[in-house]
Amino acid sequence: MSEDIISMIKENVIQGRKTRDDMGIDETLSGTPGVLELTESALGNNISPEAIIKQALTPGMEVVGEKFSTKEYFIPDMLASADAVGAAMDILKPLLEESNVETKGKFVIATVKGDIHDIGKNIVAILLKGAGYQVNDIGIDVPEDKIINVVREEQPDYLGLSALLTTTMTSMESVIKALKENNLRDNVKVLIGGAAVSDEYAREIGADAFCADGFQAIRVLEEFETT
Amino acid sequence: MPREGILISNPLERLSGEQVRQIHDASIEILNDPGLLCFNKKAAEIFQSRGAKVAGVSGSDTPCWTVKIPEKLVTGALDSAPKTVTLGARNPDNALIMKGDEPRVFFITGSETNMWLDVDFPTYVNKSDPGKEIKVPEFQPRRGMVADLCDSAHVCEHLESVDGYIRTVNIQDKDITGDNKDVNKFFACLNNTTKHVMSGLTSLNQLDNVVKMAEMIAGGPDKLKENPIISFITCLVKSPLQFVDDTTETFMEVCQRGLPIVVSSSPQAGTSAPIKEAGIMAQINAEVLAGITLGQLVNRGTPVLYGSVPVRARMDTLGDSYGSIETSQYNIDCVQMARFYKLPNYSTSGVCDTKIPGQQSSIERLFSDIVVTLSGPQFLHCAFGLLDCNSVFCLLQAVLDDTHFQMIKFFLKSPRINEQELETVKKQIREVVATPQKMFINYIRPVMRSGEISPPYPFEGDGDSDSVFALANERLQELRAKPVEHIDPDTTARIFREIPGLLPRLNVYKGER
Repeated sequence: MSEDIISMIKENVIQGRKTRDDMGIDETLSGTPGVLELTESALGNNISPEAIIKQALTPGMEVVGEKFSTKEYFIPDMLASADAVGAAMDILKPLLEESNVETKGKFVIATVKGDIHDIGKNIVAILLKGAGYQVNDIGIDVPEDKIINVVREEQPDYLGLSALLTTTMTSMESVIKALKENNLRDNVKVLIGGAAVSDEYAREIGADAFCADGFQAIRVLEEFETT
Repeated sequence: MPREGILISNPLERLSGEQVRQIHDASIEILNDPGLLCFNKKAAEIFQSRGAKVAGVSGSDTPCWTVKIPEKLVTGALDSAPKTVTLGARNPDNALIMKGDEPRVFFITGSETNMWLDVDFPTYVNKSDPGKEIKVPEFQPRRGMVADLCDSAHVCEHLESVDGYIRTVNIQDKDITGDNKDVNKFFACLNNTTKHVMSGLTSLNQLDNVVKMAEMIAGGPDKLKENPIISFITCLVKSPLQFVDDTTETFMEVCQRGLPIVVSSSPQAGTSAPIKEAGIMAQINAEVLAGITLGQLVNRGTPVLYGSVPVRARMDTLGDSYGSIETSQYNIDCVQMARFYKLPNYSTSGVCDTKIPGQQSSIERLFSDIVVTLSGPQFLHCAFGLLDCNSVFCLLQAVLDDTHFQMIKFFLKSPRINEQELETVKKQIREVVATPQKMFINYIRPVMRSGEISPPYPFEGDGDSDSVFALANERLQELRAKPVEHIDPDTTARIFREIPGLLPRLNVYKGER
């Protein structure tokens, strides 16, 4: 029974089905429970959150990643799977905290002041959540003081700053300076992304990394974890 | 079910109704004065017997006649020429039905080139950084052989956007002679594609053998009439306004057999036609009308295509400039003239001036492919793989062209806008606007694999590298490895028994029986 539910969760992650109403890659699972319903069912059958993550969600996302790299899957498929995993993580998060299981880390993400572009930022947030990070998306056009306050209060491991425009990318530098002035910089790694910025710019302003897209963000975070 | 082609809902037209009429009137006048110079005695006699003014030309080294064609002969021919022409195929699902008043485009290969372009990808090492290597495509021209023609037909069988096949390469093997070229050419094509096959004829004395072979494959003379798996193209006209002796003879013989034929004229604006658009249009239209008239006089009701291959001269060499913008303009004008007569049109696009695949080739061919397709010719000889005007054929280029035409076909799909569709999207918009992320990504998936979204360019490389040629070459090798449905063993055996001159190496069953 447990193995069945676990394998069904994994299969639904691969198909990118969050709920029973979602379509998958094909119609084979149409009308059957999705990742959310199955996760609840798994918990009801006393399957541990850790087992759900390690045996179903993570291996499912690994398969999705492989299919994406061979161009069988496209970004919308990846996002659907990540969104399903993220929704399952929302259910599992309080239980993990109760049992003191460590998550991969807390990530605050924002589009900087003056910039209202958020497609890239949203995609990164979904992918990170699907990869097991605890993500707090604080929105677009976010003023510097709000970012500083969130970092102070939530003490995230990572701060992601996004900007599309050459006119708004300079806000990233201001945020990093403000983090230093508030003695917060040493406790949070800053990742920047968006069409306007680059590796070179990240070095210039003292960010920890530039990420061209959500996949690179995941790779960068994994590198941080191993070093 | 025959092939669908692509229906152009609002064909691109450059000429006003009045301009079409003016060109027609000028052509009619030209056919009467100065008229044609006809080098074929039988044709001159046919014209004369039907009321044309025919007079021998004195002082000419070769016997020839001036033929002044009265308007009534032309209008009579335009009345009797079929308005719908069917080009059959070995696989009936590949048949092409061309209606003169319906701008439904079919994409066909061609023409016949002498040279075949091989491609190789040697590795080059950076002198200053020997660890850095790149593969660069190198193109090597050589004479075309019958094996190349088989290869080309085989690959074109699998190119999705190719609707029909004009032989692409002139076969120049040592054992190919004037007396066996036609049978081998047609057999090589027919045995390697189940699509329609069109070709010119090298020797009139081979026509009966070619037709007999086609009858065997189609299932008999009547079946060939119903499903004409082959058709012919003849350049009976040499511009300006001359009917060549041997090709006119071939044209009349094909017409007598009732098989579909293209009346083709290829004047060059600046040399063999006036440089002005009005001039080349009045002349090419007169030349094609003269051919259609002769065809209908020979055999009333014989299926003909209004064939136009107009081209502008290059100013630097006075050679053909198929890549020039005017060449596309002339072709579009011709499509419009054929539609005025309600006759199916054979038009030209995609021929480029450059000698090898590359940026110039892509720009020149895509430009004319798009605009001429939009004008709605029924038979678009769109020069898959052709380079250096009509001199070189390259299969790699044909694979690239197939992708271009798939893009064009996708672009020409009808818009899917209706009440039901709008209701669905209004609901989506309301739902998405109410979410925090305000993204429609979740709605992509249901349509992503339905064919509603155009596919990515198939030869896109990773990162900063341009891998188009290398990836297209991989695709070419895949297509070469896919089998084709050859003519069945019994029919093949009969063909080899009864048709003289076929090269034994073309028999794919040799040694099996």
